[in-house]
Amino acid sequence: MLLAAPILLPLATAILCFLLRRYRFHRILSQLSALALIVLGIVILLEAIEGPVTAQMGGWAAPFGITLAGDVLSGIMVTITGLAAFTALTYATVEVDTATEQLGFHALAQSMVGGVCGAFLTGDLFNLYVWFEVMLISSFGLLVIGGGRAQIDGAVKYVALNLVGTLAFLSGVGLLYGTAGTLNMADLGVKLAGRMDETAVLGAAGLLMFAFAAKAALFPVFFWLPASYHTPAFATSALFSALLTKVGVYALLRVFTLVFEVDNPVVSGALIGAAAITIALGALGAAAQDDIRRVFSFHIVSQIGVMTLGLALATPLALAGAVFYFLHHIPAMMGMFLLGGIVAREAGSERLDRIGGLWSAGPWLGVLFLIPMLSLIGIPPLSGFWAKFFMIRASFEDGAFLLGGLILVASLLTFLYLGRVFVAAFWQPYPGPAEEAPAATAPPLQLLLPVMVLAGVTLAISFQAGTLFDLAALSATQLGDSAPYVSQVLRQQP
Amino acid sequence: MEPSLAIVVGILVGGGAYLMMSANLIRFLFGLTLVSNAVNLAIFTAGRMTYGAPSLVPPGGKTVAEGAANALPQALILTAIVIGFGLLAFTLSLVLRAYVTFGTANSAEIREAEPMPEGRRDDSGKG
Repeated sequence: MLLAAPILLPLATAILCFLLRRYRFHRILSQLSALALIVLGIVILLEAIEGPVTAQMGGWAAPFGITLAGDVLSGIMVTITGLAAFTALTYATVEVDTATEQLGFHALAQSMVGGVCGAFLTGDLFNLYVWFEVMLISSFGLLVIGGGRAQIDGAVKYVALNLVGTLAFLSGVGLLYGTAGTLNMADLGVKLAGRMDETAVLGAAGLLMFAFAAKAALFPVFFWLPASYHTPAFATSALFSALLTKVGVYALLRVFTLVFEVDNPVVSGALIGAAAITIALGALGAAAQDDIRRVFSFHIVSQIGVMTLGLALATPLALAGAVFYFLHHIPAMMGMFLLGGIVAREAGSERLDRIGGLWSAGPWLGVLFLIPMLSLIGIPPLSGFWAKFFMIRASFEDGAFLLGGLILVASLLTFLYLGRVFVAAFWQPYPGPAEEAPAATAPPLQLLLPVMVLAGVTLAISFQAGTLFDLAALSATQLGDSAPYVSQVLRQQP
Repeated sequence: MEPSLAIVVGILVGGGAYLMMSANLIRFLFGLTLVSNAVNLAIFTAGRMTYGAPSLVPPGGKTVAEGAANALPQALILTAIVIGFGLLAFTLSLVLRAYVTFGTANSAEIREAEPMPEGRRDDSGKG
């Protein structure tokens, strides 16, 4: 029941929010549900520290019934999902207008959160496909809701590539079922052990890798992300930046530790190549943009590459570094998107050459902006420094000096392009007529609160980096040695 | 049975992939539908073919008869068809909306969200 709760709660909230969408208080319901999700995530996390927890749905024993399984990684991800949902939905109460809200904005957001939590907690490959679809169809709705011209364009590209990824996922699942006769991930891991060289297994691994890479926005299938993330409301962009790509990386982490063996040379070679090119292209792409959210979008792509590199190297430190990277990246990136929203609202544009003068309007906003920004660049002692430190150290220990160097160069570029956004927004004099220049008015509390919460979380992660790294290391141990997970799933009675 | 189905799957994927290369969004969608049916057939084939042995439990028995058809792939395909139908309906209406909004179904001509560098328009104030 504990494991089903983080899935049922958002889905039930989605139904309620849809029924009550004409009443203003449904947004409070949506926010409260997100807060409850944080609590549920922490409970799962605390239980999973002792060892993976599993449950069987519908009274069928594993591997025949659908397994839900929660380990430390799932617990961490559910907790962050709750945080992301709470901050984005609070921000949305001001940003998203009543008309859009009455179309069912909160219902869509909650069903997306439900799908994301389902993907984090399932132990069954076909069930993972279903949760991906729940998440996707809700995100399609969120992307087009309100219906601006740019939104329609972004959605066409987003939908097209994601549907192709979905088909690859499905055919990979079919191929695996034909080969192993099971879809329970723990059971698949047992049945496929030592069979990575078989053509069917490797083919299925390739199809699943393509599918997850498309969701995670890895090279060569990342272009839907910078084509679409800057088009919807800022709250939606922030929620997407926190959850969608991370589900892709999570699925890669889960499937390529539990089901497939990542140390197969073909698999790790493909992952390292894709990750390295993604880091480079993302950073270069971000440096070439002159629109706030397009800079951030390419930055996400680059960071997804770093997280995937953690899986590709597959040493305990690299896996722990990847999990720590999730912890660091999601709050900092969300904070960045939401602050970008406040900047665009105060300065009246998202174009870097049309904003400015915000420092004189209110330096406190600039200080708030600096926290996630410096963290994403990797300035000590902020969380990004630790995340990058673990990843670079893991590459160096593995003898992959070029890859570690690539992360360093990408960080330097991050300093360049995020610094450019900061300078344009705060230090550049306002380029338009003086009477339109941003005034020294404070944005509403509903916009500031999520940003401050996220900045606070980033600071907390920075100063508790040791404790959280221990947690990430525990999660990496559970990922690296799947035996306890497998035995827990397979001896589970309904 | 399996080899002939495998060839059918191959033809469907080939045709679908060809259509998906087109810049026309409608052709792309038709291609997607073909590939999605091919994937469903592939799952069906992966469950192994049997002839004339439905996966029914005989009266008084507790399990299906030896050599009966595998019911699981059919359940998977059913789920996939339902999901695929929903996605197709959504995508069709999205493409229709794009056609009405931009006056073209050619994805190369739709550059609203990612304008070309020269002659860019400001799209920050989306309506």
